[in-house]
Amino acid sequence: MSESLAESVSLEQAKRLFEGSPHGALLGLELVELGESYLIARVPYRPELVGNPETGHMHGGVITTLIDQSCGAAVIRQAGPDARIVTLDLRVDHVRPAEPGHAVYARCECYRMAREVAFARAVAYDTDPDRPVATSMSAFMRLQEESARG
Amino acid sequence: MVDLLNEVHAARDARDFDRLGGLIPYARLIGMRFEADPEEPDGLCIRLPYREDLIGRPGSGSLHGGLLGAFLEHAAIMQILWRAESRVLPRIINFHVDYLRRGAQQETYAEVDIRRQGRRVANVHASAWQTDPRRPVAAARGHFLLSPPEAE
Repeated sequence: MSESLAESVSLEQAKRLFEGSPHGALLGLELVELGESYLIARVPYRPELVGNPETGHMHGGVITTLIDQSCGAAVIRQAGPDARIVTLDLRVDHVRPAEPGHAVYARCECYRMAREVAFARAVAYDTDPDRPVATSMSAFMRLQEESARG
Repeated sequence: MVDLLNEVHAARDARDFDRLGGLIPYARLIGMRFEADPEEPDGLCIRLPYREDLIGRPGSGSLHGGLLGAFLEHAAIMQILWRAESRVLPRIINFHVDYLRRGAQQETYAEVDIRRQGRRVANVHASAWQTDPRRPVAAARGHFLLSPPEAE
């Protein structure tokens, strides 16, 4: 309830944009929090996302996809809504498997925005933000108008 | 409980590649396909047919970058199982994806190179390509743990 109207409207707008990704929607990615310098997104647990049927663990690729889309959104948040970006590279360390039955969250921030390149980092967790399931570093290229057309 | 290793071996012996696609729910969800490799006897060809729900940003016409990474990650796991007879489902340690070109609205193939396979860990390089294997859209490398989970 402490959110100002402006903040809640921009979260709604950002949610629409974020959740408008066709592939993000297939996995069920959701934007849940929009901070000044970070954002938090999640993927609710579903049996279709399982990578190991013996344990029920979510597939690592689902976490990769959550992190990629969320870090891209964090970069766009810093660069402005009209910015066009492409991912240069993305590294994910899977430090322990996510708890079956739980949503996985990704807290992402764009910690350096240069003229042409942006750098982001992310921590993914299930029940406790202090016990990550994955950590990630990524770099993005900002497209110039000319190359954006190609 | 599914015994994955036995399932993979049974599928290989029976040349029943469709069975591989059904083993892992996530691979089924994104529509990964497994087939005999036309260029390599006993090889496994892994591809991802194009679908609209694999697109990243609406209107961009480009495959989701995270999906390309995930596709390569799962292709690596399946090739380790297929070729190297790991006793357990390989568990991802880390994965680093370089994005080289836009993933167009086309079928994507995965080429997997198991650089080293020890008893406990495998090092894998993989690349995703569409029309020309020499022009990959993404290239990745990663490590997978092959030892059984501690709890077992």
